[in-house]
Amino acid sequence: MIHLENITKRYAGHDALQRLTLDVDAGEMVFVTGHSGAGKSTLLKLIALIERPTRGRIVVNNQDLAKVGRRRIPRYRRDIGMVFQDHKLLFDRNVFENVALPLVITGTGKREIGRRVRAALDQVGLLRREKQMPETLSSGEQQRVGIARAIVGRPTLLIADEPTGNLDPELSLETMRLFERFNDVGVTLMIASHDLHLIGGMGHRRIVLDNGMLAGETGDEEPDGPAWLRETRSDG
Amino acid sequence: MAERRSGGPGAWLARHGETAVAALGRLAAQPLSTLLTVLVIAITLALPAGLHLGVKNAARLSGGWESAVDFSVYLDMGTAEDDARRLAGIIESRADVERVEFISAAEALADFKAGSGFGDALDALDDNPLPHTLVVRPAVAGNDALIELLREELANLPETDVVQLDTAWVQRFNAALDLIRRVILITALLLGAAVIIVIGNTIRLDIQNRRDEIVVTKLIGASAGFIRRPFLYSGLWYGVGGGLLALALVAVSLWLTSEAVARLAGLYGSGLQLSGLDWRESLTVLGTGAFLGWFGSWFAAARHMRRIEPR
Repeated sequence: MIHLENITKRYAGHDALQRLTLDVDAGEMVFVTGHSGAGKSTLLKLIALIERPTRGRIVVNNQDLAKVGRRRIPRYRRDIGMVFQDHKLLFDRNVFENVALPLVITGTGKREIGRRVRAALDQVGLLRREKQMPETLSSGEQQRVGIARAIVGRPTLLIADEPTGNLDPELSLETMRLFERFNDVGVTLMIASHDLHLIGGMGHRRIVLDNGMLAGETGDEEPDGPAWLRETRSDG
Repeated sequence: MAERRSGGPGAWLARHGETAVAALGRLAAQPLSTLLTVLVIAITLALPAGLHLGVKNAARLSGGWESAVDFSVYLDMGTAEDDARRLAGIIESRADVERVEFISAAEALADFKAGSGFGDALDALDDNPLPHTLVVRPAVAGNDALIELLREELANLPETDVVQLDTAWVQRFNAALDLIRRVILITALLLGAAVIIVIGNTIRLDIQNRRDEIVVTKLIGASAGFIRRPFLYSGLWYGVGGGLLALALVAVSLWLTSEAVARLAGLYGSGLQLSGLDWRESLTVLGTGAFLGWFGSWFAAARHMRRIEPR
């Protein structure tokens, strides 16, 4: 599903990612972790085509991203669900309209929009909040609106950048369980998170970045990660 | 993945209709700033429209003169009054002549005495130095070739001494109007550019204010066209609103000046009434406003939207 080959991303003098090579299979749920500045966000931005790599090749969903030109970026992004730490909701529109946005963009019919938006809201447990404005919701609920918006277009790939960054532990776990349910129905997920305590216990593959380099990968056989990782856990 | 577009021109129309209404609602939510923008556009549109109206009315006036281009046919001094009157009747019966006014030598002298102030001096003359005159109004106004033909035939009449056709001043007047028309055209072009700049700037601010929204919709996969659309409709509404208000401004100005014009025209013994913009001209004002609004916002969107990318 995601294939990175020798990816380097350089920002004004420093390398955010250095010769990173990795693969994520379709249907996988992987966490990208590491201390802040390790390159987690950069990696997700490259996959979302928010940034272009300085060197290397990225293939997502059988598409070589180097060949996705500027004009085709919108079409490409429609197949990817994105969840953000700050939710990125539109505060002048109600919950329903926020979730409906990806469908409105693709010109989906009204009835179909209603059906699918309600299905998405049902999945995140906000079915009865559709008329509310985002600012009347708690941070956790706003995050779930963001998630509903990410899945309403039925993407095959969902990427999330620190989706639990602003949530308390209980809500964080709830959110991760929600992601697992999407994974159960075949959605590939890549979630950047530094919350090792949370993701350590979930038993999914973890890609660990350190200074833009692949520092290791861990599976469920080592719930707490390698020794060096435990030391960086308190990092923000 | 296939585009999940629910097809048909109906759906397309519905989507655009919704965007248009939403854009209108957004403008209505900020009535004061919207009104100011619309007012600026209205004034810039009303100015050339009003000037055009002025020229149009002046041209209508001179058009009246043009059709009233008369030949003055001065008959030979020896022509008897009865013969002259008969000749007038013959000429009047021609198809290319609308009417003939006969001014006898005696009438002409009396008029001249009254009008010139040389009354007493003229009394000293033994003979009337003025000929009988036929003032011939052609029925073929505007057709220079036919008028020339008529002039020739009148000149060739045995009783004719001189035929005078003085159109020089009408031509001068029309040339002046042409010049003014051209000046108005240039003014209109400049003001049109001003409208584009005003709307472009308004839309630019609008784009900046909605920067976050643009970023989010881009992240979700909105095409440039989708993101641009509401701004284009905003621009369109500004332009249409400006056009409507411009028509109102022109109408009010017309009403304010009509009395003065009627008085002036009355002093000149003319029944001139100011004519307003007809439906074609009104549509032109509206259409120009709409186009400039749309174009200005398109220009601003093309320039500024590109720079707003998710980071």
